[in-house]
Parts: sequence; C-alpha cells; structure tokens
Amino acid sequence: MESIQIKTIADLRKGETAIISKIVDNELALKLLEMGCLPGESVTLQHIAPLGDPICIRVSGYSLSLRKREASAIQLDNGKSHSGPSDNHTSVKETSNWVS
Amino acid sequence: MKSHYKIALVGNPNAGKSSLFNQLTGLSQKVGNFPGVTVDKKTGTCHLNDVHTAEIIDLPGTYSLFPKSPDEQVVTDILLNPKDEWYPDMIIVVADASNLKRNLLLFSEVKDLGIPVMLALNMMDVVKKSGFHIDLSSLQNSLGVAVITTNARSGEGIKELKQQIITTLSEKKLQLSSEIFVDTIHFPEGLTQNIRAKFALPNDYTAVQYAHQAQDARFLDDYSQQFLEEQRQRYGFQSRQWQTEETLARYAKIRRIVADAVHKPANSKQNPLTTQLDNILLHRVWGFVIFFAILFFIFQAIFAWAQYPMNFIDAGIAQFTGWLHSVLPQSMLTDLLTDGLIAGVGGVLIFIPQIAILFAFISILEETGYMARVVFITDRIMRTFGLNGKSVVPLISSVACAVPAIMATRNIDNWKERLITIMVTPLMSCSARIPIYTILVALVVPEQKVFGIFNLQGIILMALYLLGFVAALVSAWIMKFFLQRKDRSFLIMELPDYKTPRWGNVGLTILEKVKTFVFEAGKVIVAIAIVLWVLASYGPGNQMAEAEKVVRSQAKESTELEDRVAAARLEASYAGHFGKFIEPAIRPLGYDWKIGIALISSFAAREVFVGTLSTIYSVGSESEDMTTIQDRLRSEVNPQTNGPMYTPAVASSLLLFYAFAMMCMSTLATVYRETKGWKWPIIQLVYMTGIAYLSAFIVYTILK
Repeated sequence: MESIQIKTIADLRKGETAIISKIVDNELALKLLEMGCLPGESVTLQHIAPLGDPICIRVSGYSLSLRKREASAIQLDNGKSHSGPSDNHTSVKETSNWVS
Repeated sequence: MKSHYKIALVGNPNAGKSSLFNQLTGLSQKVGNFPGVTVDKKTGTCHLNDVHTAEIIDLPGTYSLFPKSPDEQVVTDILLNPKDEWYPDMIIVVADASNLKRNLLLFSEVKDLGIPVMLALNMMDVVKKSGFHIDLSSLQNSLGVAVITTNARSGEGIKELKQQIITTLSEKKLQLSSEIFVDTIHFPEGLTQNIRAKFALPNDYTAVQYAHQAQDARFLDDYSQQFLEEQRQRYGFQSRQWQTEETLARYAKIRRIVADAVHKPANSKQNPLTTQLDNILLHRVWGFVIFFAILFFIFQAIFAWAQYPMNFIDAGIAQFTGWLHSVLPQSMLTDLLTDGLIAGVGGVLIFIPQIAILFAFISILEETGYMARVVFITDRIMRTFGLNGKSVVPLISSVACAVPAIMATRNIDNWKERLITIMVTPLMSCSARIPIYTILVALVVPEQKVFGIFNLQGIILMALYLLGFVAALVSAWIMKFFLQRKDRSFLIMELPDYKTPRWGNVGLTILEKVKTFVFEAGKVIVAIAIVLWVLASYGPGNQMAEAEKVVRSQAKESTELEDRVAAARLEASYAGHFGKFIEPAIRPLGYDWKIGIALISSFAAREVFVGTLSTIYSVGSESEDMTTIQDRLRSEVNPQTNGPMYTPAVASSLLLFYAFAMMCMSTLATVYRETKGWKWPIIQLVYMTGIAYLSAFIVYTILK
C-alpha cells in the first residue's frame, strides 16, 4: 500500500523508477530544473554513495548526483505510471504556484 | 570581413568544450585572469584558413545564463555587456549530443541574446554507439542556426566547424532565423523598452537578463543598478519566479524539438561499461579501497619517479654554477648571481617534476570522469568537517604545492566551504617540506626495518603526511563553528560517463600548472634568495671584517679556515643580528640563533631552510648535497650542553614546526588573490604558526 506521505526521490530504492511531479524548494528549484529534473520526467535511482549520502539518479538522459536533502525536495507522482515525459503536460501555470 | 574576430565558446561542463578549444587553438593558448575575479581566462588564436584568424575565448562551463557561482557569473557578464573587451562577434555553443535536452537549455538562452551563434554537437561517437540517430536538418530548422557535428577528442568535424565559422562571419548571414526561442513569456513592455533604451541593447531578451542580473552583474555601476532596481519595482518584477517559468517554457519547447530530431532505440540505457564500473567504484567497500589504492599509487609515483629528473636538475644547476664561477671574474656580483639568484632559481626548478607528475594524475582522473566519483564518495565525510566532496581535489593537489591547489577550490559553489578549504589546504604537507623532512628524519631516526619489511624512516615520513591531513580536518571542523554561514550548502553535480583521457589535454594541463607554479611561487623564492644573500653578506659597520680578522689571527690550519671565516662573518652580518634578536622567542622550542635565521628566511618559502642552513654551517658551495649537510648538522655542537645540537628533541620540534607553520609567501599571495583581501591570509599565517609553535614547544618540553 502507498503510504499517505508523499514520496520523494530520497525514498527511492536502488534501481527503482518514478515520475517527477514537482519540486518543493524555492531556493534550489531553478537549479534542479536547469539540471533537467523536470515535472513529468522519469527518474531512476542508480547509485547510493558508500555512506548512504549523496545519491546518484538517472534523469533527462544522464547521471546526476545530489545530496539526500536536495533529493527529498523533488516529489514524485504517486501513480506508478511509466508513461514518457512527452505525454505529460505540466503547464507553466500549474508549476508557477510552487515558486514564490 | 574583419581581420580579427572574437569568438566565445560556451557550453555545459563535461560537454567537451576544453577539448574543442584545444583543437582550435593548440599551443597558442594563454591562461590569464578575468579582471576582478579569480576565474581562469583561457584564450587562444585559431587559424580559420590561410587568411583569417580569430581570437577564441573558452568561457567557464555553465548550465544556464542565470549564474550560481563566480565562474558562471563571468559567462553572463561577458555575454550581456557589449562594452566588454571579450564581447564576442560570434558564439559557438558546444553541446554534448548524447545529452541534448539539458545542453539545449543553455543554447536557447544564448541564442536569444541576439549574438550570432552556431551549435557544435560534440561527442557524436557516443551517440552513434548507443544507437541514437540525430536528424540534423530537422534540428537546424527548429533551432534556426547552423549545426556542425564534431568529435573534439579525435578532431573530426573541426575543419567543417572552421568553414562554418568563416561562412557565418563573412556572409553576415548570422542566423537562419532570428526569431526568439521562447515567446510564451510576456514581460511588461515598458520594462524591456526602458532598459533597452538606457543601455542601448540589441534585443528584448538581453534587457530582461539585465533586469534579472541587476544585483549581481559586475559591469553595472551603482547608478545603473539603481536604475534597474527602480524599473523592477515599477513593473513588479518577479526575478525568481520568472526565471523558473522561463526555464520551464524553454524545456517545453526543447522537448518537442528533441522528440522530432532524436530517434532513440527502444531501450536507451546508460553506457553499460559506465554502469558496471560504477557498481564497483561506488561500491560500499570497494569504492574506498580502490580510491585509497589510487592515492597510494600516486604518492609512490610522485616520490619514486620524480627522483631522477630532480637529481638531473640538481646536477645541472651545480654544473652551471661551477661553469659560471670558472668564466666570470671573482666579484660580489658573481657571488650574487651564483649563490643568490641561481640558487633561488634552482630551488624553484627542483619541484617541477613532482608538480608535473601530480597534475598528470589529477588531470587523468578529471579526464576519465573518476574525479566526480571521488567527490561523490567522500562528500558525506567531508561535510562533517565543514568541507564538501569537492574539497578533496585541492587537498590532494596540495601534496605537490598549495598554490595550484588553492586555485583548484574555485569549483566549490558554497563560499563558506570554499573558504574553509582554502584555509586548511596549506596544512597538507607539500613538496617543499620534503627536503626538510628528509634531512631531519635521517638525523634522528635510525635506518632500520620494522616487521622486517617497512623502512622506519619511511613510516615516520608517512606519519608526517597523515599528521598534516588530520590537522587540516580538525582545523576545518573548528572553523565551521566560527564562520558565519552565508549561503546554503548543496551538491548537485553531473556524473559524466567514463572516457579514456585525451593525452593532449593532459599535457596542456601539466604545462599550465607548471607555468603557474614557476611564475607564482618562483617570483617569491627568487626574490627571497637574493634578499637573504644580501643580508648574509653585509653587516652593520665593519663588524664583519672585524670578525674575520679575529678568526684569521687565531686559526692555524688552512682547510677549515675559510669555513670558519664564513661562519664568523655570518654571525656579524645583518642576518646574524636578526637571528640573535629572535633567539629568546625560539629558545623554548630548542632553537639557537642559527636555526632562527633559517626559520625567518623560510617564512618566505620552506625550501629555503636547507640552503640557509648550509650557508650558516658553511658547508661551502656544494651545499645542495644532502649527506654533507647531514654530517654537518650531526657534528654541530650545542655550546650550552657541549652535546650535539640536533638532539631528537630539537629535530622533532623542528619537524612539527615545519609541518604546521605557514611559511610560504606564494601561498599567502594566492590566498590574498582568491579571497580578495588581507584578512584571511593574515588569519591563516597566525593560526597555522600558532599551532606550529605550540606543538613544537610541547614536543621539545617532553623530549628534552
């Protein structure tokens, strides 16, 4: 069963894939977007550093490492759909409400 | 067509920009500094064809025009400022073709600035291997610029690239379409108009960027900043939100373009070799084991391989000095040239092999992509000490020399972490300490084996290195509590696929680092050598001549006479007076005035210590020969105890002092440049020398 808690990238197990829904960190949102962590993009947890932090994800066709703290700001779709990013129409309007 | 164009290379980190730059400019490249910031400025001349040349500037790697670090700020500053001396006639955006989506974000921002632009799709070999297909004509049409495919590693496509540059520049056919990339966002018209009029800007998007950069752009004076601030207020400018919206809108369009132009195979996975390697190299246990094995190998290589060229350089300088003495007349000037200047230059040249070997390895690790993994596996540990994974590279580099190591801190985004890294890096034992360690350890540690295999002297040497590393971590941890946190610490970094290194790039890196060392550190070391020579050769009034007379009237044998005369003259010289003056301060550490002179002179550069001691103990001109100095130190008598001067207590105290003290003007000068002020270098000098004094005092008191 899916818990009530919203899943983030920090909750992924190694090898698990999910879809990004939104980023809840005003300070780093832009940086993460620029690095290709986009709403609707699929993301896979590739590696975990020997000491459990940072982690390495596969997103937008490349490998990106980030600390758990940054990873927990990237929320995931609870639906386990693996549809491609092109099917997802996250409009600018929808996303502008999580950036102050 | 103008005779001389300026072309800027812009691209993401890891897109192969440096390789392309090296292909275009070769050995004509120069490394300088951007005015007012410590960011490497790489420029070079490119021969486009028999007639035309262009000046190429390799701008720091960045992911977007909204800067997050000083490096990235430089890119934005140059591209937004038509008055900048490097404002380009044309921009080449270098993109990693195997990672098109993220690379096109920067391209789209750059294109909207209205400067003529073309796209170089690099790393096409990777694309072909993974079964992708990129439809170039579709891409050219949707991007509206010329697209050239290159493989900067092999040089493929460079000719076509040059041809395209000429076409673009000569035909004035700047772009296939000048249509703005993103038109989904409508900025208040008045805002863009006012800013454009005020700064005479080429287009609307540049004006929007001005509004975003009002606080940070370095080329805007206070008055301009105020004007922009007023405009922002008036039109309700939402910088962060609008940047985000713009980025999302750009990606929405890029997604469509990439979907049309890139045909990927059914299952596109990461390069399988990289995945397999990472499973081992990032493994919970093996990751660290392999990392330490690599470090150990590098250390071994630095010591073992550098030995031969160092001996060669040493012998060469000795011969050269001898030859100069034989052809030049005996005079003060000749002595200054040989004992002052050439001895100083020799002190610089001797470290080149070690620095070259170290940076060869570091460059190879960078080129292969392993360095990013080092940051990845060490980040968690370094964070505990107020550092960050990216601090590991400078700490490793400082084993050769702290000057290039401190420059290597520039890619640490967080200022506090970068500052702490700069502050503790010189505690790592650099190659300048090696001659001192070697002599002193050999003096007091017997040549014997431990457990039948390990050399005891080698173990002590290793322990000294470890001591430096531990001291650096502990100091960092303490500073963490003293420094005010300004900006948030984060680590968001690409892990590039593994590649075989390009030897040309490695060679150029070595060349550049050695040059940096020779000019940065060399200037200081040579200057000090000359000053020291003057201080040791002249004294107040006629005291030196008097001292010589006294010795000559007492002495019988002629062999020792000249040595004794030299020693007496030194005692009466300015340097001698100086040493006597500070003697009370260093007596608690077990030092006398002679060691005091060496100590004072080593505050300029540690490696002066050996040369100074040989001058003081008047070993003669063969001073660089270690065994004679060692014998001389061994036979030095302490006038107070009539026993040997260099007891284990004194030697250990000296070893600790040299392990910790901040004795390098080149490093202080570098810290001054990197932190833009004297505050931090002075703090560094005080705290490091404080640790040195205290630990030397404790050890001497215990062992005495």
